Amino acid sequence: MRYLFRTDYRQDISVARHGGDLFWYGLLLFVMFVIPLVMGEFYVGELGGVFIFAIAGVALMLLVGYTGLISLGHAAFLGIGAYVNSVLLSRGVPFAITLPAAGLFTAICGAAIGLPTLRMSGLYLAIATLAFGSIVGTVFQKWESVTGGFDGFAVPTPSILGINLDGATGIYYASFVVLLFVIWVAVNILRSPMGRAMVAIRDSEVSAQSMGIHLARYKAMAFAISAGMTGLAGALFAHYVRFLAPDAFDVLLSVQFVTIVFVGGLGSIQGAIFGALFVRLLPQFIAIVRDDLPFGIGRLPGLEPSLFGLVLVLVILFQPDGINGLWQKAKHWFTAYPFKRQQSSRRQKSYAKSERLR
Amino acid sequence: MSLFEAQGISVRFGGIRAVDDVTFNVEKGEVFSIIGPNGAGKTTIFNLISRIYNSTDGKLIFDGHDFTRTPSYQVASLGIARTFQNIELFPNATLLQNLLIGRHCHSRVGLLSQMAFLPSTRRAEIQHREKAEDVIAFLGLQRYRDSLIANLPYGVRKVVELGRALCIEPKLLLLDEPSSGLNVEETEGMGFWIEDIKKDLGITVIMVEHDMALVNQVSDRVMALNYGKVLAMGSPREVQTHPEVVKAYLGGELEDVA
Repeated sequence: MRYLFRTDYRQDISVARHGGDLFWYGLLLFVMFVIPLVMGEFYVGELGGVFIFAIAGVALMLLVGYTGLISLGHAAFLGIGAYVNSVLLSRGVPFAITLPAAGLFTAICGAAIGLPTLRMSGLYLAIATLAFGSIVGTVFQKWESVTGGFDGFAVPTPSILGINLDGATGIYYASFVVLLFVIWVAVNILRSPMGRAMVAIRDSEVSAQSMGIHLARYKAMAFAISAGMTGLAGALFAHYVRFLAPDAFDVLLSVQFVTIVFVGGLGSIQGAIFGALFVRLLPQFIAIVRDDLPFGIGRLPGLEPSLFGLVLVLVILFQPDGINGLWQKAKHWFTAYPFKRQQSSRRQKSYAKSERLR
Repeated sequence: MSLFEAQGISVRFGGIRAVDDVTFNVEKGEVFSIIGPNGAGKTTIFNLISRIYNSTDGKLIFDGHDFTRTPSYQVASLGIARTFQNIELFPNATLLQNLLIGRHCHSRVGLLSQMAFLPSTRRAEIQHREKAEDVIAFLGLQRYRDSLIANLPYGVRKVVELGRALCIEPKLLLLDEPSSGLNVEETEGMGFWIEDIKKDLGITVIMVEHDMALVNQVSDRVMALNYGKVLAMGSPREVQTHPEVVKAYLGGELEDVA
């Protein structure tokens, strides 16, 4: 068991809680860097996809898991980022500019969506963002002079510092760097006043307001930050799929993002990564076992979406903390061994809102 | 000049006058209690002061500054903090984070600086931490510092909410039923905190309270309300023996009770 003896406020503020964190995350970083050198093209490509989804997952986690605002329109933000990046790139703008431009433009779109939808929450916000998603989808289809409409849009190969980022390895490293950047920003936000304001809005709007938090402004900022990060993911996604078609950014993709957040575990950045692994690797897993499944289940159409739905329902019912919750429990079991008991991780009922009776 | 003045504030919900032409002023350094039967409009007055409701008439003046139309998120930076009757903490954050949210109105670092966690943000964070630690030490909350609010007992949460309000470093503190849900012992403790807040921190307190023992223990002046109207104002003793007040609570004359 590890006890932290804190002697300085900086210890609470720093990202790594103790030396162990530094070691394990450093090791993970190293392993991720050498993977393309030792693994096959297919796996590197798939991991690149995981990274891109993890970026979008972290973005949506800030919005859903920390600010408590739902969005079913994040596929549209991904699409905006993808098209902005690709269109600029095809007009000869270098990738080093198109990538941040995609993020920035999408962030502005996010703020523009955020401002009018601020007065809504829950179901109404979900519907508004859903509507936004389908509007943007239609724009992609109809604005043929820019997006190419249903004919699609071949994405030019990006290059940075003279290195062509073609092939799985290039996308892998580019996505990895952007993912690290996005996580760094997210962690910084969460340990700053901005992140605390987000949590405050999630937990109690009325008291957030009386603590001096401008609800409208902070919700719009959360929306903009989340959209901007998703725009970065979109720029990379364009290179990942190499050919943009408007129907790639439909509501099913938005639902996948929401699945990342819920299955990964609400309110944790790690959860977004776990969720992205799950969402990207489940289809691969299905593809591998498809032929071996009994009763021809594997040949059923719609097996993948229904499995996603089933997992989402099961997670919400039985494991609300998601994969991250399982991971934390497992970690706790090992650190507390042999003192861990079933009761330790049982959820407590709280009666906070009880009224005085006398 | 008084620290806080309410001049003829009123609010109507449909046909009901929840607060009807209420005028009172609170001097610097005093504990001013508002009592009254259920539905008298006590909490509504708090919601008017913290600008959650708009008053239909009248003026609110704090420190010589008219804030009748100030948006509610700016009330904290004026120096007015409040607690809630049923506790409105942030349950999925730790105690320390809750207190740091109380420091929000003092944070001045820009968003980009926060995103990159520049040295200016780090310095500001350390300052906020020091202030929050002062409050933790003042209220003796050290052992709960890193617990989630959701795992804390009700009595502790009540103190945490007080602490969060103190983190605003207010000049005026609004306490909405600080003793509700507390047992006799905890209520007594709350009374001592309020006295300390007044004496050691020099913070002016307006308190809505039902527990008369607590009101008598800490209040300098008391205002009694019923149906949104002021019944009586004065020292705790005066107000409690005021015939109108006795009638409002017991529905009879003073003689009937005695």
